[in-house]
Amino acid sequence: MLFLRQTFTVMAKDLRSELRTKEAVNASLSFALVILILFSFAFDPTSETTREIAGGLLWLVFAFAGVLVLNRSFARELPNDCLEALISSPVPGAALFLGKALANYVLLLAIEVVCLPVFGVFYNVTWYSQPAQLALVLVLATWGVTVVGTVFSALTVNLRLREVMLPMLVYPVLIPCLMAAMQLTTTLVAGDPVAGDQLAWLRLIIGFDIIFTSLAVLLIDTVLIG
Amino acid sequence: MRKHLLLTAGIIAALLLARNIWVMLTQLPDEAFQGAIFRIIFFHVPAAFTCFLCFLASLIAGLAYLKTRSLNIDAFSVSVIEVGLAFGAVNLITGMIWARIIWGIWWTWDWRLTSMLICWLLYAGYLVLRRAIEEPTERAKMSAVMSILNFSVVPFVFFSIKWFRTQHPQPVLFGDGKMDSGYRAMLYGNWVPLLLVAAILISIRYVQEKQQREIDALRREAHMI
Repeated sequence: MLFLRQTFTVMAKDLRSELRTKEAVNASLSFALVILILFSFAFDPTSETTREIAGGLLWLVFAFAGVLVLNRSFARELPNDCLEALISSPVPGAALFLGKALANYVLLLAIEVVCLPVFGVFYNVTWYSQPAQLALVLVLATWGVTVVGTVFSALTVNLRLREVMLPMLVYPVLIPCLMAAMQLTTTLVAGDPVAGDQLAWLRLIIGFDIIFTSLAVLLIDTVLIG
Repeated sequence: MRKHLLLTAGIIAALLLARNIWVMLTQLPDEAFQGAIFRIIFFHVPAAFTCFLCFLASLIAGLAYLKTRSLNIDAFSVSVIEVGLAFGAVNLITGMIWARIIWGIWWTWDWRLTSMLICWLLYAGYLVLRRAIEEPTERAKMSAVMSILNFSVVPFVFFSIKWFRTQHPQPVLFGDGKMDSGYRAMLYGNWVPLLLVAAILISIRYVQEKQQREIDALRREAHMI
């Protein structure tokens, strides 16, 4: 119970400071919109073509924009040695990590929810014909992205070239999760429900979430404290 | 003593390789469908095995480092990953040469190829991460965490292969593909010298890495004076 409250406190603190300054969210959201628009030059943006590659397009946008949020997650604590203060506080490492991951999760989901209608309008695609399943895919795959991204954010926080290192290290690890999300999202945006063989992708995302959440919770004390 | 041991192992590996290549070229007949180029498999497959054995060793080394905090284990970990990457590159390049002749293209986004490339990039990321951290214990700690995370993705990357259509030949040893026993013997037979080469390289890199750490420590000391 105490653990949950500590997790929630860290999450609330992160969200509050983010919503008051909006530094990561604003940058990330405008970046996402810029990529969405840039994609229209990469291929012929008819609704037919777009529907075929919708999953890949959307998840690339989410992944790029997500890294901006994730980068700030621990970097925000560097000025005034706030990270040291957090580590020396009575909050266990796992609660600190989960709190930060949940805050990032909320921000990423918010960005995705804004991007989806924009995508639908610009590319003339009816993306909402399978709302429940699409929401499920977003919720599960975004957690995978967030949990891995937050670990690597902690891992790279003290590095020179932090902004370069995080995407370089995190994308290869995210490939299975992103690939599965892309497959499922393409199907769902095309209006078909996820069934049969496609369920394997859903299982892959769930497995990815479980394994990396447990690994992250186990390893985070080592990463943060030593 | 160590030098002699390495030299002996090197000579044995060279002799075995020479003997294997001679047998491959003169004794083993061409494969019925692929012709002469199929012989590249005797390097392609053992190189992949060696590569993954190295990555597995890095996982064990990563766990062992977190348990013992011995910097020697960290030196071993970086050595096996570098050698593993070299063998991974051998696997990718021999595969590309084979593909150019049999398929007519250097590369295809088939999943077996792609997943090997992703694994290669994952571990290349490990080396990049190491470069970015100066402090030895910090570097060792982060590298150990990274090697554990990296190895946890490898099965995900590989299991997803099965769900994509693949044009890569089926695994000949454990999968559905079939292989003549003479060829199979050569495949394993050629793995022995490649493993020896890998062991020699790892051993050399391990000593270099330890010496590098000593030099760095002495340099820091000199700076303090």
